[in-house]
Amino acid sequence: MRVPAVIYADEALIHDMDDKVGEQAQNVATLPGIVQASYVMPDAHCGYGFPIGEVAAFDPDHGGVVSAGGVGFDISCGVRTMLTGLSVADILPVQKALADSLFRQIPAGVGSTGSITLDANEMDAMLSGGARWAVERGWGDARDLERIEEHGIMAGAHPEYVSERAKRRQRREMGTLGSGNHYLQIQAAAEIFDPAVSQIFGLRKDDVVVTIHCGSRGLGHQIGTKFLKEMVVTAEASGIKLPDRELACAPINSEVGRRYLDAMRAAINCALANREILGHLARRVFVHFFPNGDLPLLFDVSHNTCKVERHKVDGKRRDLFVHRKGATRAFGPGHDSLPATLRGVGQPVLIGGSMGTGSYILVGEATSEAKAFSSACHGAGRALSRHAALKQWSGRKIVDDLASQGILIRSPSTRGVAEEAPGAYKDVGAVVAAAEHAGLARRVARLRPLICIKG
Amino acid sequence: MCAAIPAEAPIRWEHFPHDADVGVRGWGPTPATAFEQAAHALTAVITNAEVRSQLAVEVKCEAPDLELLFVEWLNAIIYEMAVRKMLFGRFAVRIEDGRLEGTLWGEPVDVERHAPACEPKGATYTALKVAQSVSGFWSAACIVDV
Repeated sequence: MRVPAVIYADEALIHDMDDKVGEQAQNVATLPGIVQASYVMPDAHCGYGFPIGEVAAFDPDHGGVVSAGGVGFDISCGVRTMLTGLSVADILPVQKALADSLFRQIPAGVGSTGSITLDANEMDAMLSGGARWAVERGWGDARDLERIEEHGIMAGAHPEYVSERAKRRQRREMGTLGSGNHYLQIQAAAEIFDPAVSQIFGLRKDDVVVTIHCGSRGLGHQIGTKFLKEMVVTAEASGIKLPDRELACAPINSEVGRRYLDAMRAAINCALANREILGHLARRVFVHFFPNGDLPLLFDVSHNTCKVERHKVDGKRRDLFVHRKGATRAFGPGHDSLPATLRGVGQPVLIGGSMGTGSYILVGEATSEAKAFSSACHGAGRALSRHAALKQWSGRKIVDDLASQGILIRSPSTRGVAEEAPGAYKDVGAVVAAAEHAGLARRVARLRPLICIKG
Repeated sequence: MCAAIPAEAPIRWEHFPHDADVGVRGWGPTPATAFEQAAHALTAVITNAEVRSQLAVEVKCEAPDLELLFVEWLNAIIYEMAVRKMLFGRFAVRIEDGRLEGTLWGEPVDVERHAPACEPKGATYTALKVAQSVSGFWSAACIVDV
C-alpha cells in the first residue's frame, strides 16, 4: 500500500462489514498518486473495485489516476431535498390521493418512459448544461441553481466523448426515477438535533419535505461500462498492476483519463438535469393539491463522482481529483461554493435511509476536510442481499405493514418492494452517529417517510 | 452433444447473492449455451412472469477473451432492453473466434403482467468467471449492477 486505509465506523458497524470492504480499501491504497489515505465511510459495503462508501484523492502531478469504478456506474447518483412549508397535519388529509398522483406523474421502474424525448442537439445541450438546461427549458426553477453542486452545471463536460449508444439509451429517460434503491419520498422532520442550523436550513419539527434519490440513469451506466473496459487495457499498458480488474484506471494526465473525465462530467450534468426535472414534476403535483404551495430546494448533492477540489495536505493547498463512490461531499462552514445563506453553517449533507426507517439531514463539519477530504456517508448501506431479502420478506406484507404505520408505498412491483425491505438495510441511525463521532458531518434532523414512490 | 451432458449439471441458471446487487450464472455443454442460460437469469432479475417471443433482435459483440465476451453479451441485452423497453425470454448464441452473434426473442414490457422488479443497469467484472468443469460442462457468471 502507498498510503494507509482508514475506516470510520463504530465496532458494531465494522463487525457487520463484509471483510471484502477492508480488502478493497487496501487495494485502492495501492493505486498510483493516491494522497493521504484510502478512506471508508461508516455505511460502506462491498463494491466494484472500490468499496461503496470510499473516498480517495489523487494528485495528477504525482502520477495520479482516475478510475471509472471509483466513480461507479450510476455517475452522479445523488439526493435532493425540497422544502414544502407544509406540516404533517396539512398532508394527512390528502396523503393517499397525493401518493397516487405522484405515482402516476413520476415515471418509475422498468418500462416507464418520460414525457421528454431529446434529439441530438438537445441531448448535447443537456449534457453541457445540466440543471441550468432544465431550468431554461421550463422544467425547473432558477432559484434552485445556487443550491445544487456546481451551481447546477458541471464545467468541462464534453458531450462528444459520450458514445452514441449512451445517448440513445438516455433519449427518453429524462425525468424518470429508475428502479432499485432509487425513490421519491415525502418525509416529515421527526426529530431536530441542531435547532440553530435547522432554522437556517428552513426546517422545523413536523415540517414536510420531498426527497429524490436517483442519478444519470442509463447514460451514466453506458459511460461507466465503456470506460471500465478501456481502462483495463490502459492500466496494463501504463504498467499499473491491478489487484482486481474493476480497479481499472488511467493516469489523469493521459488521453483516456482526460476523455473519461470529460464524458463523466457530461453524465454529472445528466444527473443534475434529471433530478431538477423530477423536482419539477413533484412540484406540479403539489401545486395541484396546495395551490399556493412553494417547494424551494434545500440542497442537491451527489455521492458518485470524481471532482477536482483544492484541499490542504500537510499544510499545503493542492488540487486533487477526489473520488467519492457512495460518499457524499460535505463542505464545512465558510466554503466559498456554498450560497451566502448556508455559508455560515456548512453544506447540507443528505443521507437516504430505507423506505421504512427514515433518512437524515446532516451538515458538513470543518473537521471533515482533514478527516476525509470533506466527505461523509451516503445512506444506510445494505445489510442483506436482494437475494436474501426476497427469501425473508413478502412485498405485499411490507406494503401493508408500512401502511399501518402511516407510510404509503407505491411501486409497480411487490417483488421490488421485498428486495428493498427496511430490514435489508443497516441501521441508518448508527451510520450517521458514527459519521458525527468521526467529525465528518453533524446531525441536524431525522426524517420519517410518509409516502415512498419506488421504481 | 446432449448425450454428453452429465446428469449432475443440467442446462440451467441461478442467481447468487451479492451485497447490493445480484449475481447471474448459467450452465451448459458449450460456452454458448451457458451464455444463453445466464441471459435467462438476467431476465429473471426483472420478472418471474412469462416473456413471449413476439419480436427478434439481433446483437453482435466481440472481446479478447471469453470472460470479457460474456460481460459484453449481457451488456448488449441490457442495452436492447433499455432502448426498446423490451424483455427477452429466449436466446440463441453463436460464438466464433472471439465474436458473438446472438438472437433475442421477447416482447415490450407490460408493467401489469410482468410487474418488473429492479432494472439491471450493467454487467460487471465482479465474480466474473467463464470456466469448464472437469466433466466438460461450462458455466458463465458475473455480478449485475441494478
